[in-house]
Amino acid sequence: MELNILWFILVGVLFTGFFFLEGFDYGVGMLLPFLGRNDVERRVIINTIGPVWDGNEVWMITAGGAMFAAFPHVYATMFSGFYMALFLLLIALIVRGVAFEFRSKDDSPVWRSTWDWLIFFGSAVPALLWGVAVTNLIKGVPINEKMIYVGTFFDLLNPYTIVGGLAFLLVFLFHGALFITLKVEGEMIDRARAFALKAGAAAAVVFLTCVGLTYTNTDLFKSALGGIALWGAVVAFVAGYGLTWVKKYGWGFAMSGLAIALTTIGFFAGLFPRLMVSSLNPAWSLTVYNASSTPYTLKIMTIAALILVPIVLAYQAWTYWVFRKRVTAKNLEY
Amino acid sequence: MDEILLARWQFGITTVYHFLFVPLTLGLSIMVAIMETMYVRTDNELYKRMTKFWGKLFLLNFSMGVVTGIVQEFHFGMNWSEYARFMGDIFGAPLAMEALTAFFLESTFIGLWIFGWDRLSKKLHAACIWIVAFASNLSAFWILAANSFMQNPVGYALNNGRAEMVDFFALITNPYVANQFPHTVLSGVVTAGIFVLAISAYHLIRGTHLEVFRTSFKMGLVWSIIGLFALMGSGHLQTQFIAKNQPMKLAATEALWESADPAPFALAAVIDEKNQTNTFELGVPGALTFLAHDSFKGEVKGIKELQAAAVAKYGPGNYVPDVKALFWSFRVMVIAGMVMMGITLLCALLWYKGKLEAYPIALKAMLFSLPLPYIANSTGWFVTEGGRQPWIVVGLQKVAQAASPNVTAGEIWISLIGFTVVYGVLAIAAGYLAVKFIKQGPVDTKPSIPAATAAKGATLWN
Repeated sequence: MELNILWFILVGVLFTGFFFLEGFDYGVGMLLPFLGRNDVERRVIINTIGPVWDGNEVWMITAGGAMFAAFPHVYATMFSGFYMALFLLLIALIVRGVAFEFRSKDDSPVWRSTWDWLIFFGSAVPALLWGVAVTNLIKGVPINEKMIYVGTFFDLLNPYTIVGGLAFLLVFLFHGALFITLKVEGEMIDRARAFALKAGAAAAVVFLTCVGLTYTNTDLFKSALGGIALWGAVVAFVAGYGLTWVKKYGWGFAMSGLAIALTTIGFFAGLFPRLMVSSLNPAWSLTVYNASSTPYTLKIMTIAALILVPIVLAYQAWTYWVFRKRVTAKNLEY
Repeated sequence: MDEILLARWQFGITTVYHFLFVPLTLGLSIMVAIMETMYVRTDNELYKRMTKFWGKLFLLNFSMGVVTGIVQEFHFGMNWSEYARFMGDIFGAPLAMEALTAFFLESTFIGLWIFGWDRLSKKLHAACIWIVAFASNLSAFWILAANSFMQNPVGYALNNGRAEMVDFFALITNPYVANQFPHTVLSGVVTAGIFVLAISAYHLIRGTHLEVFRTSFKMGLVWSIIGLFALMGSGHLQTQFIAKNQPMKLAATEALWESADPAPFALAAVIDEKNQTNTFELGVPGALTFLAHDSFKGEVKGIKELQAAAVAKYGPGNYVPDVKALFWSFRVMVIAGMVMMGITLLCALLWYKGKLEAYPIALKAMLFSLPLPYIANSTGWFVTEGGRQPWIVVGLQKVAQAASPNVTAGEIWISLIGFTVVYGVLAIAAGYLAVKFIKQGPVDTKPSIPAATAAKGATLWN
């Protein structure tokens, strides 16, 4: 296989891993102030992702790094073009990251509740922004013949991309609530389920709207794989909702994760061989060929990725195994 | 202000801020790993208390380093997209390698270390912090390898209007990184050493938690003295390399306008950049030549000659960095290092004679030397990065050509102010927690949270 295509797949894999893993992290973060009725419960909720959120976030960092290494023009065009959106994303991630570390280090209720709300915003803003970003990538943004984004921040916001942002946010909320049902004990499970059912109902509506708008706003469905994956995601999501209804949380979580993965796969399949679509002229789109690094660099990076990604997967999986037990109010670390 | 200047300010502020936390992570991770290893080997609770106390401060610092580091990876595309296009084929690879080899390890195993005290065996738990220490220092290698290309481009060819990688091995064996990496890691060692010494001194002065802080102080002394000597040695080697490799950086750092053989080392100077001369200079004859060549004979090229040579090679333009700022930054760094060395050796001598705690003045000096490594780290990087101006990649691309063409001054202002305000608030919060933890000392912080109803007024961390 051509290395350019392999790297397109690898970047897709990294984003799939990122959205699957950070999806429930963001969801848990957004649920924190609502589901946690007292301090112990809130700490329990944080500790469901405490040992793993940082490792999950590195999936995003690596996706960014891989894009820089394999498709430097995409990195340059997207990061300079989505400037204000990324600025907001960075602020959110900075605040969220320290909030996990800081919030329990002082016992003042004001201190703790401030950081809890910062975790909420630090999770909701990235979830929303990634949805906006992904839908913009496939819809197309004003990119000129020199690969330079010539729009403004507000060009990124339109009904379709805002629905895309909300869809990501609500699906992640559902995914996160299901993750909590797997990681806590007692009646908190039922409350998490109630949340999942509410968020899931809203997510179903918005997600379906998003898929519909994707049909009218983009050419994603011209790709057979893109169409199948996206409809598959809808089916998986509905299945996840049903399974949650009948309290099969493990399978429900697997289905919400599958829905997220298939959505990501669908979007990437719809994009191929493009990485960013130009709304000004299809010929100005960034593709795996005109935006890529040299074959030499791709070869070096391929060797590194093929060796390292399985190792990373192995030790991250081991971490989930170590922390497989449900988090209880007893012996809380923080 | 124009976009370039704003973008430079933003990069400068966020990078210097990020690098306030990085060196301590590099050095303290290893120290905490050693402490925990001693606990595993001896089963002495003292070492566990040390591990927990310093580990708590380490985590505070680590989290600040991690979150401010994310910004760094995004910057190159946000503010410097032309740089990313021109350099991406080379620069992206070490960044991706950093994420794949180091960030994943560090972030995964720090989680295991924080939450794994009761879930992992003692040995496995200690191994986790060793892995974090290894990964942090490995990540320093990758980013410095990338930075070294900007200082001394190797293993590339200019094709298709961009720099393309032709030899990955040359990139990671760049002689520049062979000098820069040890100097950076050792600055981390010293930062951690002085940090441990200063905080231990605080408790020794007050006579609190003596067992823990006597042992910590002893460890800090050994660590800092080895670190300081090695740091100065590596700095010397690096300067000699720069004398050959980046003569303009050396000449500007020394405010040496005219080539000289032998060249003096200026201890202080009144610099007139406009007229390209020093109106006053206090120098040691021949010393610069000796530092650069290990001999009292040999020419050191001056700024004027190097400027003329650069114009001949690259065309018209100003190739002289900010001489005054470089000259004084370098001296501040060296003086900070010497003061650290003096105070540390003095404390070591008093310790050896068993009189340390009888001289609170020495302990106070140690306590107040806490800012010194931070000052030295910042000024040192200023010399490194300021000294390559006007280039972003020496000889290949100028800073002025590297900025994003589509990002407006208004956008940079918003992000510049936004980052600065958020960083300021976080510094206050982190500082508040650090001071609280330090004052508390190694109290047994058994993680038991009272219910929220009972939490009001109750202390959690004791």
